[in-house]
This record gives sequence, structure tokens and C-alpha cells, in this order.
Amino acid sequence: MGFFRRESWNLGLVAILALLFVLTKVVQPNYGASGIVGLAQAALPFAFAAAAQAIVVIVGGIDLSIASMMAVTSVAAAVMMEGASEGQAFWIALFILALGTAMGALNGILIVLTRVPDIVVTLAMLYVWEGVALMILKAPGGGASDWLMGLPIGSIPLPGVPESVSSFLPKALLLLVVCIAVVWVPLKRSKLGLQIYAIGSSEQAAYRTGVPVKRSKVAAYAIAGLFAAMGGLVLTASTGIGAPIPGPYLLASVAAVVLGGVVLGGGRGGLLGPIIAVFILRLVRTILTFLAVDPNVTTIVEGTIMVAVVMVGGVLALRGRRRSAA
Amino acid sequence: MTVAAAEGPAIRIKRFLSEYPVVPLILLLAALVVALEVIRPGIVNERWIANTIKFAIPLAMLASCQTLTMLTGGIDLSVGTIATISSFVMATQVPLAGTASAVVIALVPAFLLGLVNGFGVGICRVHPLIMTLGTGLIGIGCLQVYQRFVIATGSEVPDFLAWLGTGRIWILPHSLLLFVPFAVAVVFMLRRTGFGRLLYALGDNENASRLSGVRGWQVFLALYALSGLIAGITGLLYLGLIKAPSLSLVEPRLLPAVAAAVIGGTSIFGGRGTYSGTIVGALILTVLTTMLTVMQIPEGTRRLLFGVIILAVTAIYLRLTEES
Repeated sequence: MGFFRRESWNLGLVAILALLFVLTKVVQPNYGASGIVGLAQAALPFAFAAAAQAIVVIVGGIDLSIASMMAVTSVAAAVMMEGASEGQAFWIALFILALGTAMGALNGILIVLTRVPDIVVTLAMLYVWEGVALMILKAPGGGASDWLMGLPIGSIPLPGVPESVSSFLPKALLLLVVCIAVVWVPLKRSKLGLQIYAIGSSEQAAYRTGVPVKRSKVAAYAIAGLFAAMGGLVLTASTGIGAPIPGPYLLASVAAVVLGGVVLGGGRGGLLGPIIAVFILRLVRTILTFLAVDPNVTTIVEGTIMVAVVMVGGVLALRGRRRSAA
Repeated sequence: MTVAAAEGPAIRIKRFLSEYPVVPLILLLAALVVALEVIRPGIVNERWIANTIKFAIPLAMLASCQTLTMLTGGIDLSVGTIATISSFVMATQVPLAGTASAVVIALVPAFLLGLVNGFGVGICRVHPLIMTLGTGLIGIGCLQVYQRFVIATGSEVPDFLAWLGTGRIWILPHSLLLFVPFAVAVVFMLRRTGFGRLLYALGDNENASRLSGVRGWQVFLALYALSGLIAGITGLLYLGLIKAPSLSLVEPRLLPAVAAAVIGGTSIFGGRGTYSGTIVGALILTVLTTMLTVMQIPEGTRRLLFGVIILAVTAIYLRLTEES
């Protein structure tokens, strides 16, 4: 029972996702392997943005600069990879990840040092990173190595598994799971992970219990930067170039985090919820496209879903509080 | 007396600043203007002053939405969308419905979106950031759909809005006719009315004010509806100022509006802030933008500096006015 109660939000999301897959199949009977592979590819940068936002929200902050950090890492990768050999490209990718981590850490350090609220610091950093991206590359350009571009494309050919099954397993999904798990699973089990949740729940209580609040906060922002860098690399990989103007990832990341059951204010939720939420939002878009609905209506639907879910969630939380108080 | 004598000048300065938080901002504004005159001698003239005020006014109005909501610990990120909607609806309804009805038609969606925000924040207890982000998303979608229906009618900027938005007498732009009463009303509301006190009270300690009988949801409903309405009116002013209705007319002004409120000393956690500070904040940002443009710095560096300066000013200001 404990598992169901603990994971009730995520299970609900999975149920919605399954329902949406059925709906997609009804709307478009020949929706199949290629559709799912395409969905995973399209969701990839959004998923990384959501993961980055989620960890910052868990620690009790918010990062408005995620989309701009993705732009910086994307253009930096594109500029450096243009004309580089495959071997060099690997090191460049590693460097970009380090760069993202450093940028995130800088966000965190500024928040801790200036004691200006997170939202204001990252708002200012949004301009700073946007500026940096434009300084690196004025117009879309650069290149990406074939190795990187091939990474999220296609499906996984598993040995011993028939083609008809393995074609349903997108490489992009594997990439996402591996990248997130490598960072998140050890983190969540570590002391730092516990500290991050503790700070999100109550910064003061965490401080009094001896949690190094400043250091852990910076670490959380640094990890968000790392995820943003992954998102930036994926962007470069999917388009083959870097674009200095940030995409719609900020709003989308906040929407996915909220839908994913991470409470603004911190301390609750994980990365799984927001990532499932990203897939839900993408799939809704796919369904509406299949239905030949005006793409602008899709924006309205997305916004309405987000608002409706948080409103219902808010009312439910209020009821629960009243019941426990009574 | 002995206590006062024992205090060093640093402490006295600090106390003075925390009592009159607008003073350092005005000094900063003056310093920026002087710096601008040094960089480009002769630029500070009648026309420049009028232009600066002209562009700062709608920004200050948009920032008032942030100041008011931030006082309660909230934020309104839908004002960019709301203002864009009202300006676009205005421009497209003028040829269809006439100027007077167009104003009303344009302000209705602004008010409604504000009301939805208030409903979500006040009654469903949704975090204002998320609620206003969501309604902004819905609003922009609706606007794009609306655009399909009016694509053939064309658009028109009524003369009175153009007069209000762009005209000037000496250094005084016509839009002051709208702004001065507006600013006086906001300052009066915050300082002298019960509603203003409720905003500060809710931002300072929501539980305490609730226990003392404040019906928070009513205040939030009224506050966000008001914020939406102000954003709508600002949209009309922007239409008169820029005279080119588009689907993203005011959108890029949203974050500067937040920055203006923050630079002006409004605490994003609520309970602290003044509208006079916000007005000076809007002026500072406008002068700063001119300065970065005049120095012919490339676009990328300009944005970078803009961000760095916002952060630096906020951090220093926080230190100066902080109660120790």
C-alpha cells in the first residue's frame, strides 16, 4: 500500500499517458513504432529542461535561466564541433557538460552570496546567458559531429528481440533514461540528495540540523546546469546547428514540473513525474495535430491542462489539510 | 543623545536609507544620466528627456502590476500577454466597432484573465507564478486563434491613443495625463486605504492576517483582477506608443517590468515595497537601455550587461536597506 500511496501522483500520470496512447491509436490507427520514436526524440530537450527545473524547485528555488543556459551550451557545442573530428567531439561534449555545470554553479553561488531571491537572480542570469549565447554565435550556425547527431535517432536493435518489438524502443528514450539515471539515482541515495530535499522542506530546519545549506544549494543549481547542458547538446544533435535564441523550454519546464507533482516551494517530488509529464504534454500535441486542430488551439489546451491540474491539486491539498486539522 | 552620538555615520546612513529607500535609487538615476551625458555630450536634451519619460511610463504601469502582486508575496507573469491581447484587440476592433466600444471590448479579456488569476490564486490556492504563467499561455493561444478571424479586417490605431502615446509638450509627454492620476491613485491606495494595508498585511504574514479576520481570497480576487485591468490599459498605451499592433507587442516588456519592481525595492517575498520606488526603477531601466544602445555595444554584450547590472543593483540595494 505504501508504494501506491507514495507514488500515487506518478501512477496517475502513467495512467494518463497510457490513456493518451490509446487515444492516439484510435485517432490515428497506423500510429506505431515510428510515431513513438519521433515522440521520444521531440520530447528529449523538453525532458532535460524539466529535469533541470525539477531539481532546482525541489531545493526550494526556481531557475528562469534554464532555456538560456541550453542556448549557450548548444551554440558552444555547435561552434566547437564544426570541423572537429569524431574523437575530439567526444571531449567537446564532455567539456560542454562541465561548462553547463559551471554555469549552474555560478547561478547558485550568486544566489547564495548576494542573498537576492532565486527568481530575481535567475531572471538577471537569463539576460546574461542570452547575451553570452549571442556573443558566441550571432546567427544560427556551427555544426555537430555525426556521432552526436546519430545518438538520439532511431530505435535500439536489441539482440534476441524481434525487430517488431525492438523498433518500439526509441534510442532517445534510452539516452534520456541513462543520462538522468547516471546523475539522479546516485544523487538521490547520497547525503547531498537528502540535504537537497531537507533544504526544500524547510531551509531553517535544515540549517539548524547542520546541513551545509549554501553548499548544497549551489550543488543543486550546478546539477540543474548539467541537465541544461545535456538539453543543449541534444538540441545541437537534433538540428545539427546551434541557435542563440532560447527555445520555449522555460515555460515548458515549469509546466512539466508542476504537472509532474513537484511542489513549488520545494521538498517534494522527483524527476520521474516531470519527465512523464513532458511526454504527456508532447502526446497531447501529437493527438491534436492528428485531429487537424489549429496548432494555436493546442497552446490553449496545454495551458488549460496545466491550470486545471494545479487548481484541482490545490483544492485537494486544501481539503486534505482541513481534514487533517479537524 | 548618548546613543545617537555613539552611532557611527555608517549606521546613521543606513538608517536614513532604510527610512527613505527611494533616495539611493534617485541618486543612481542621476548618476546614470550624468554618465550618459559624459559618454555622449549633448544627448540629454528636451527631446531625450521626453522620450525617456514616454517609454518609462508604460513600463512603470506594467511594473505596478508586479509591485501590487509582489506585496502579497505573489507575482503576475500574465501581464505581458494581457497587455498584448488588449492592444491587439483594440487595434482590430476599431474598424469594426468604433473607438469607444473597442476600448471596452479590449479591456474585457484583460479583466477576465485577471479574474481567472485571482480565482486560481485566492480560491484554489495555486502558486501565483504558475497560475499567471498558465493563464498567459492560454491567453496567447486565444489571441492567435482570434487573429485568424480578424485577419481580413485590418487594424487601425485610433488618433487619441497615438496622441496619448507619442505626443509631448516640452519635456512632458501626453501620457503623463494618464500616468499622473494613475500613480497618485496607486500610491494613495497603498498608503491610505484599507485595501492597501491588506496587501501589505497578507504579504507580511498571511496566517496572521487570516487569523485577524482578513478574507484573503476576496483580496486576491480583487488584486489580480485589478492587475489584469491595469495591464489591459497599459496595452492600449503601448499601442499608441509603438503604433504597430502585433502578437508579441508587450511580451518582451514583461521581464523588464519585473526587474523594474525589483530594482525599485519591492521584495518578491511580500510585505515590503513602494510604488514610487518602482517608478524610479522603471526610469533607471529605460535610461540604462538608452545608455547601452548609445555606447554601440553589440547585442550580446548588451544583454549580458543588462543582466549583470540588474543583479548588482538589486544586491547592493538589498544590503543598503536591509534592517540589521
